[in-house]
Amino acid sequence: MTIEVRIPTILRPYTSGEKSVSAQGATLQEVLNDLELNYPGMGERLIDESGLRRFINIYVNDEDVRFLSGLQSAIGENDSITILPAVAGG
Amino acid sequence: MLVGMLEIQRSLIDEIVAHARADHPDEACGVIAGPIGSDRPERLIPMVNAVRCPTLYEFDSMDLLRLYREMDDRDEVPVVIYHSHPATQAYPSRTDITQASEPDAHYVVVSIRETGPAEGPFEFRSFRIVDGEVTEEQISILG
Repeated sequence: MTIEVRIPTILRPYTSGEKSVSAQGATLQEVLNDLELNYPGMGERLIDESGLRRFINIYVNDEDVRFLSGLQSAIGENDSITILPAVAGG
Repeated sequence: MLVGMLEIQRSLIDEIVAHARADHPDEACGVIAGPIGSDRPERLIPMVNAVRCPTLYEFDSMDLLRLYREMDDRDEVPVVIYHSHPATQAYPSRTDITQASEPDAHYVVVSIRETGPAEGPFEFRSFRIVDGEVTEEQISILG
């Protein structure tokens, strides 16, 4: 199952500048593992030992995965994933 | 001598300062979108500070998705990302530096510490924040 993943500017150095890449997986965790396999280094920008990083937002279609099942969120055939770093500061 | 440069309309500066005053004592935040590759801030989009705090700001995650979808549809990028410092200088805080995630954006910080919500002098400064490194830029006011 191939999923489209939208990559934010700050992570495009990992994808040779591509704004959108394809990945495989039936859960968000599997998709992120696949991204790390193809774009080494990207994984740790997204997750740490406690899960999804606090200031990274990932959406399946129009839903923030924090309101779904986080890394265990199910990914289906026609879903698209969007990664956006939080816009935040102090 | 500052190397980089933000060129911005005076009316947009006025809007940002007005937003900072309206949201005082909390931080105000938003974006000025512009055409991809133009480096020209055109369309100001005030955002809600989801944490409603005098020392922090964060765009709501659903607002963030809508904002980026809309900019994508219009072939725009966030040329300016702005926020206010209600009580401190117009310089990126440590949090601003660690959270900065748009290497191509001008990070504008406006301080209204002198006047709070009232009219009067303010500080308006622009920075690049890339890989934890802050570089202040000149501001060229148009119109």
